[in-house]
Amino acid sequence: MEALSLYATPVLMIIILLSGIIARLPLYELFVEGAMEGLQMCVKILPYVLGMLVAIAVFRSSGALEALSVVLAPVCRLLNIPAEVLPLAIMRPLSGSGALGITADIIETSGPDSHAGLLASVMQGSTDTTMYILAVYFGAVGIKKYLYAPAVGLTADMISFISAAIICNIFFA
Amino acid sequence: MVNWFWFVLMAAGIIFAAISGEISPLNDAIFAAAKDAPLLIIELCGMICLWTGLMKIAEKSGLVQLLGRALSPLIRRLFPDIPPGHPAFPAIIMNVAANLLGIGNAATPFGLKAMEHLQALNGQKDRATPSMVTFLVLNTSCITLMPTLVISMRVSAGSLSPAAIVGPTILASTIGLCFALLFDRLIRVWYRRR
Repeated sequence: MEALSLYATPVLMIIILLSGIIARLPLYELFVEGAMEGLQMCVKILPYVLGMLVAIAVFRSSGALEALSVVLAPVCRLLNIPAEVLPLAIMRPLSGSGALGITADIIETSGPDSHAGLLASVMQGSTDTTMYILAVYFGAVGIKKYLYAPAVGLTADMISFISAAIICNIFFA
Repeated sequence: MVNWFWFVLMAAGIIFAAISGEISPLNDAIFAAAKDAPLLIIELCGMICLWTGLMKIAEKSGLVQLLGRALSPLIRRLFPDIPPGHPAFPAIIMNVAANLLGIGNAATPFGLKAMEHLQALNGQKDRATPSMVTFLVLNTSCITLMPTLVISMRVSAGSLSPAAIVGPTILASTIGLCFALLFDRLIRVWYRRR
């Protein structure tokens, strides 16, 4: 697992570059074009991240997060989930950039290698913005009755979260 | 829903602080958070641009198509309702391949194309079909092979092993995806019988 994690970045990089060279593409120009899109994305997500960072700071510094974690302590203790991660679990299916803000906050305040930081990282990476995706794709073709799609999507998110908690307990013990 | 979540976080925090009299730390926290947000984005920006740049190459070089070809037999099995050779398949396959590589920008156009094809097969235009639900479940719980954004955040926060989460992330999302497809299949059967 550790080797897989360590090799993932360089191996993926070399595969991408080789595929581009074989296809005789102007590698560097394409790279710059894509990076420019990334730059625009950074500017676009700033307001979302700002809004969420401030809200989380208010919620945490007031002691409200502590109060919530006392209420949810039995559930959290069962899976060894730190209280900081709870808002992320609620936010993840609703808003991608909002969840990003919360993840960033946990990684900064608790430390990237703390249990909360690791768990938040895995949660952020392992699921997607379910409600947003349903709204965009169904909306695009005019579907109003979603059938059982939200139920299946949200259940899957919950299972991913619980698996993330268990997996983190095993791998980062 | 996001609106409510945001409001509740803010309102609960402010009311809680007012009751406990902790207004001074609340002020400090608000100012610090607002100041930190742009710094965070600036720190992340380099890694984000590096990956969107590399993924642009992957998109154009045919790497996405190659991955799509490998996935195709698996994906066809998930959609028994779509006639073989229907144009919905290439769109679905490309969407999943782009999602696997974490190229959201490339995945969305393919995904919307796929939805249009699925809608063409739909008898009741305001009502989702089981195939549509399967397709979207595939989207919402898709595995990302490389969570580049999370790794970037960990790098900028000074992690000792920023990529340590890759393996656990793939494992957790694989479990989520398997359960999602299983639920989807079970509910689909139940839905038909009704």
